[in-house]
Amino acid sequence: MTTPILEIRNLHARIEEREILKGVNLTIPAGQVHAIMGRNGSGKSTLSYVLAGKEDYEVTEGEILLNGENILDMDPAERAVAGIFLAFQYPIEIPGVATMTFLKAAINAQRKARGEGELSTPDFMRAVKEAGTQLNIDSDMLKRPLNVGFSGGEKKRAEILQMALLKPALCVLDETDSGLDIDALQVVSKGVNALRDANRSMLVITHYQRLLNHIVPDVVHVFSDGRIVESGDKDLALQLEAKGYADFDGALA
Amino acid sequence: MADDYADIPTLKENIDRATVDSVRSLDVDKYKYGFETDIESDMAPKGLSEDTVRFISKKKNEPQWMLDWRLEAYRRFLTMTEPTWAKVHYPQIDLQDMYYYAAPKSSPAPKSLDEVDPALIAMYDKLGVPLKEREILAGVERPKVAVDAVMDSVSVVTTFREELSKVGIIFCSISEAIREYPELVQKYLASVVPVSDNYYATLNSAVFTDGSFVYIPKGVRCPMELSTYFRINEKKTGQFERTLIIAEADSYVSYLEGCTAPMRDEAQLHAAVVELVALDNAEIKYSTVQNWYPGDKDGKGGIYNFVTKRGDCRGANSKISWTQVETGSAITWKYPSCILRGDGSRGEFYSIAISNGYQQVDSGTKMLHLGKNTSSRIIAKGIAAGFSDNTYRGQVSAHAKAKNARNFTQCDSLLIGDKCGAHTVPYIESRNGTAVFEHEATTSKISDDQMFYCQQRGLSEEDAVALIVNGFVRDVLQHLPMEFMVETQKLIAISLEGSVG
Repeated sequence: MTTPILEIRNLHARIEEREILKGVNLTIPAGQVHAIMGRNGSGKSTLSYVLAGKEDYEVTEGEILLNGENILDMDPAERAVAGIFLAFQYPIEIPGVATMTFLKAAINAQRKARGEGELSTPDFMRAVKEAGTQLNIDSDMLKRPLNVGFSGGEKKRAEILQMALLKPALCVLDETDSGLDIDALQVVSKGVNALRDANRSMLVITHYQRLLNHIVPDVVHVFSDGRIVESGDKDLALQLEAKGYADFDGALA
Repeated sequence: MADDYADIPTLKENIDRATVDSVRSLDVDKYKYGFETDIESDMAPKGLSEDTVRFISKKKNEPQWMLDWRLEAYRRFLTMTEPTWAKVHYPQIDLQDMYYYAAPKSSPAPKSLDEVDPALIAMYDKLGVPLKEREILAGVERPKVAVDAVMDSVSVVTTFREELSKVGIIFCSISEAIREYPELVQKYLASVVPVSDNYYATLNSAVFTDGSFVYIPKGVRCPMELSTYFRINEKKTGQFERTLIIAEADSYVSYLEGCTAPMRDEAQLHAAVVELVALDNAEIKYSTVQNWYPGDKDGKGGIYNFVTKRGDCRGANSKISWTQVETGSAITWKYPSCILRGDGSRGEFYSIAISNGYQQVDSGTKMLHLGKNTSSRIIAKGIAAGFSDNTYRGQVSAHAKAKNARNFTQCDSLLIGDKCGAHTVPYIESRNGTAVFEHEATTSKISDDQMFYCQQRGLSEEDAVALIVNGFVRDVLQHLPMEFMVETQKLIAISLEGSVG
């Protein structure tokens, strides 16, 4: 059997004294898209931050393997270089830094860390144009400071643009549908679907089923009280939508 | 959809990249100009006295009027006391424990570049200052920049003089101007900063040793950037330079100033005076990248930078624009100002002041509106890291006759870490009802969320800070000449090294 892109084993994590992840086990083979659904406060977003290595969270037990390699000792930048990309639920504003500038800095930082040469300006422009067209991102938007004054849809499209350019092995999408109207949702979903690839895995975190009509997952997991309590195919999402999360509370208790 | 992407400026993107690269390539020794050059010097006897003043004047072969002027300044100085209103703290400076004149012995008065001591050329080379006209002329990549190189107390060489003189521009050391163009010097010297203006300006008037003199004749647009590169090399030496720029009616000049000094344990004093005069419709753009040695990580040593810079928009519709990037010095006390005397004249002040370690910055500007329909614009960006203190101090005033005076001021402070301080001290005074002054101020921190976001995209901590800070100063950076812009972005990264984590 080939090594899965992501393997999480018995992951426990806390913020200050509060334990939030209480034994997460999750394996995503290459090429698959997994969805995690759960109510607010169940720990879904924490899982995304812990994967990306945010400092505020302390892993107390367990392992995270990316392509078979334990990443827990890596800092956030090293994890990004190793292939983890987190599309933020609330993308952060970087005043004064043109989106284009930011993209180039990020791409070249990763290339350099991998010992590759910098992307030439024409190659970079070509790549941005190609990915941007797909996401309805025009050159005016690229000149504006990243996320500053962006609409909800623009922010999410900018996240997917970065994802497309950085070509990660694992895409973690945290509530990518929040703040999107139906048209924007379609554009963003189309962008995400275009990145589905046999060598790439995705973890889609959401609490609405609606996103999963557009980004159809291979596996759906239900998250409750810091762990996965149920897994199934895409129909599980429909079931959740119809019945709510109550049936799954304490499922492992 | 899919607009033309070709119009996106790529130059600035490359510069940002350069910033990020420079952070990565940092040496352990972050102040890369801290070396000392072994060049034999001719020194004045130590200490300040009337004899010192006479010694300097004699060394410079000055006419009697200049000596008298200096002695008058010296006598005034003896009656003055050091100002204490700035938010800076330092041990008493012992004016008797320093040298007021140090000149490289080898080159008393080189006529051309060929006569300049190769050791000096090599030193400036190491500093990245081109002193070779021919090379610059042959190359197509770099825009031409004429350089006046001042080391310790003397100007060692001025490039491109001949080419400039063809259009009537005078660009030489102030010492030479005193000898060769006494009528211009006498007319304008101290006409903007009076001899007794303040403690340091008066001291400078008594003991100034060299600096640059620029005269742009009527209707001439200076065909290249003019620049002066100041270097302190000798130990225990104060540098007192004097710069005078005169732009006659309908002329234009862009002037750049750079400064560095070796790393030393003891603090050194730098007290300069810069005077600008813009006549009718003339424009002077004055840019500074100040990178004096800031002292070590414990706050030992460094340059005390007490500088008086002032421009006089004497003519109608004249314009003076100050752009400064302050990254060096242990203490910075500096307020480049504009006297908006001519009707319709304009003053601008764009500033980036970065403090790290134990640096103290008290800097800002004064915009004095005297004429009708005068306008001014101030954009000041302060970045404080480490244990530093960073104060913006600015004055905007409108005289009773300054009808329709306009000012816009924006002061933004960025804090890195929680041991530093940023302060904004605006003084606003209006004596007529038609003046409109606007003042905006913000203070922010680089947030953990911003850092995490950048790092999640693969940027290291240093890369992330440099990128965020360069974004913060963007609207000031745009006002720098291209050459300085690149240098500044690198300097920002270097100055903030070690400010996180």
